[in-house]
Amino acid sequence: MSALLTVTDLCVTFRDEGGEVPAVEGVSFALNPGETLAIVGESSSGKSVTALALMRLLGQSPGVNVSGRAMLGDVDLMTLPERKMAEIRGRDLAMIFQEPMTSLNPVHRVGNQIAEGLLVHERITRRAAMKHATALLAQVGIPEPAVRARAFPHQLSGGMRQRVMIAMALACRPRVLIADEPTTALDVTVQAQILDLIRTLQRDTGMSVLFITHNLGVVAEIADHVLVMYSGQVVEAAPTSELLRRPLMPYSRGLMGSVPLLEHVRHRGQARLIAIPGAIPDPRVRPPHCTFAPRCTHMRPDPCKRARPNLEPATAEHAVRCARWREIAV
Amino acid sequence: MSALLEVEDLAKHYRLSDGRTLRAVDGVSFTIAEGEVLGVVGESGCGKTTLGRTVLRLHEPTAGHVRFRGEDTVALGRRALRTLRRQMQIVFQDPYASLNPRMTVGQTLTIPLRVHEPRLTRAGQRKRIAAALTRVGLPPAAADRYPHEFSGGQRQRIGIARALMSHPSLLVADEPVSALDVSVQAQVINLLLDLRAELGLAILFIAHDLAVVGMVSDRIAVMYLGRIVELAPTEALFARPRHPYTEALFSAVPDISTQRQRILLEGDLPSPFAPPSGCPFRTRCHYAEPACAEARPPLAEHAPGHLAACRRPELTLASPLPAADPALIFG
Repeated sequence: MSALLTVTDLCVTFRDEGGEVPAVEGVSFALNPGETLAIVGESSSGKSVTALALMRLLGQSPGVNVSGRAMLGDVDLMTLPERKMAEIRGRDLAMIFQEPMTSLNPVHRVGNQIAEGLLVHERITRRAAMKHATALLAQVGIPEPAVRARAFPHQLSGGMRQRVMIAMALACRPRVLIADEPTTALDVTVQAQILDLIRTLQRDTGMSVLFITHNLGVVAEIADHVLVMYSGQVVEAAPTSELLRRPLMPYSRGLMGSVPLLEHVRHRGQARLIAIPGAIPDPRVRPPHCTFAPRCTHMRPDPCKRARPNLEPATAEHAVRCARWREIAV
Repeated sequence: MSALLEVEDLAKHYRLSDGRTLRAVDGVSFTIAEGEVLGVVGESGCGKTTLGRTVLRLHEPTAGHVRFRGEDTVALGRRALRTLRRQMQIVFQDPYASLNPRMTVGQTLTIPLRVHEPRLTRAGQRKRIAAALTRVGLPPAAADRYPHEFSGGQRQRIGIARALMSHPSLLVADEPVSALDVSVQAQVINLLLDLRAELGLAILFIAHDLAVVGMVSDRIAVMYLGRIVELAPTEALFARPRHPYTEALFSAVPDISTQRQRILLEGDLPSPFAPPSGCPFRTRCHYAEPACAEARPPLAEHAPGHLAACRRPELTLASPLPAADPALIFG
C-alpha cells in the first residue's frame, strides 16, 4: 500500500527574545489511505505544532522556520504556493481543533459556516450549499439539523459544537482529517460519542485520520498506528496493539504506567502509580543528549549522555529512539 | 468511625437576571468520616465544584446544613467560621491561576500561618514552611522563588502545601490533577495518597476522571444535575453499579487495558434550568420506562451502604472491570 501522506524530516523552530526555540525536530511518518495514525505526547512534545505545520497554519512571519517535506500524493505541501495550498486546505486536508468554541465564528450561524467551505471549493449555488450543510449536520448526528443550521455557536453545547466542527471539516470529503485533541475539552460520555462518530465517518468515506492526543486510552480506541512524541521528537513508533503490549522506549513505558486505569481500583490503597520523576524539559534548554535521560530510570551516562540517539528499527514495524532499548527490553 | 463532616439537604440555587433559577446543588446529603476519602464524580455542569465550595461556605448555601464535628457551619459568624476554616482547606484545579504570581512561595505559605497562628515567630514560620515544602516533595529553598519558576506539577505541590499549613482535618480537592500532564499527574496522585496515609486527612475528592477517583476514594458519590444519583463504597460501585448513569459513565472511559462494550448515551446533559420531570436521567437512559417520568426516585439503600436513585433496583448493570478475579474485587 502506498502512503497517502508522507512526512520527511519535518522541523519547526520559533524565534523569540530568548533565541531559537526548536518545537519539532525531524519528524517523519507515513499515513496510509483509510488509516488512523495517532500522535501521542504531553505538553511541549511538538504534536500540535506538527499538525499546524502540515496545514501550513503557522504563518509566514520571520520568527517561524519550517523545513522538511510533506508529500500528499505527489504534491509537497511545504513548498506549495499559498494560493495552491488554500485550494488543498479544506478540500483534501481538513482539521478540527480542541476547543470548538474558539474555532467557530461566534457571529455567523453554523449552517453558513459549513456552507462557506463548499462555496469556496466547489461550483455550487448558495442554496445547494445550505442544503448540503443541513445534510452534513444530520450525518454527524445532530438532531433537527435544519433548525440547528440556523443556530449560533453559543446556542449549542460543547459536544454539538464539536460535531459542527466535524461537519465543516467533512464538507468537501477530505482525504486526510487532522484532529488535534478533538475530545479533550469534552466529558467522557460526549467523548465516546465523538470517537464513535469519527470511526463511523471514516468507515463510510475511507478518509485517513491523523489524531493528536495526550490520552493513551483514546489512542487504544481509535488508532491503527501510534507515534509517541517527547520534546519535539518521535521517540517510538509502532502499530497500536504492538506499542501497548510491548513499549520499548522508557518514556512510553512510563507514560503507560502513569495512566490511572479503572482496573487500579483492585489494588486501591496499596498500589501507587508508576510516576515519571521530574518535569518535561523547557524546549529552550533541551539537553544535547537523549532528552529523556534526566527523567529516565534506565539512564547510564554512557551511552545516554553522550549523544542524541537515533530512531532505529527494532522490528520491521516498530521503531524506537533509545540507545539502551536492547538491554532494557523485557 | 464518627462523622467528621455531615452534609444534609444542602442546596445552592442561583437566581439569574431573567428570573430563572439554576439549581446547581439541589438537596445533597452525605457524611465523611475522619480520615475518609469521598470521591465526587459527574460531568461538567453537574454541580460538583459548587458542592465543594458550598461545603466550605466559600459560597453561601441556599438551604441545608453542613456540620463539622457536630457544629453547624451554616449558622456560624465570620469570626467563628475563620477559626473553623483552619480545619477545612481547599486545593484548586488550576495551579497557574491559584497562586499569586507576585508573591514568593514563602510569602504565600506565610498567609495561612498569619491568619491562624498570629503568635508564631518569624523563625517558627520559616521552620513550618520548610517542613511543609519537604512534605510535598519540594526543597525548602523553593520558599524564596516565584510561582513562574515552577512547573505545573510543582505548583500543584505548592497549592497542597498551602492547604496543609494549618494542619486541617478535611481537604476539599477540586480536580487537583486534571490540569496536569499525565506523567506529572501520577506524581501528584501518589503524593495525595501518601499524605492521606501519613496525616489521616479526610478528603472530599472532586474529579471527572473515574479511574483517578477510584484509586483514591473509599466511597464515591455520582452526581447528575445537582443531585447525588448513586453513593457507594468504591469496590461495590465498580463491582456492580446500581444507577444506569453510573454504568454509562464507566463504559465511556477509554481504557488501554480492557475491551468493553460501550453504552453510548444519547444527546447531551439536559438544560439545568428545565430538568426533565420524574427521574432527571430518564431522557438519556437505556432502561427508562414510562413510569420513570412520574416521580423523582429517592436515593434509597439498595444494598448495605449502597444508595441509588433509580426506581428499577432489579436491573443488573455492567461492571467496568473485566470478569476475571472476582475474589480480588470483593477481597
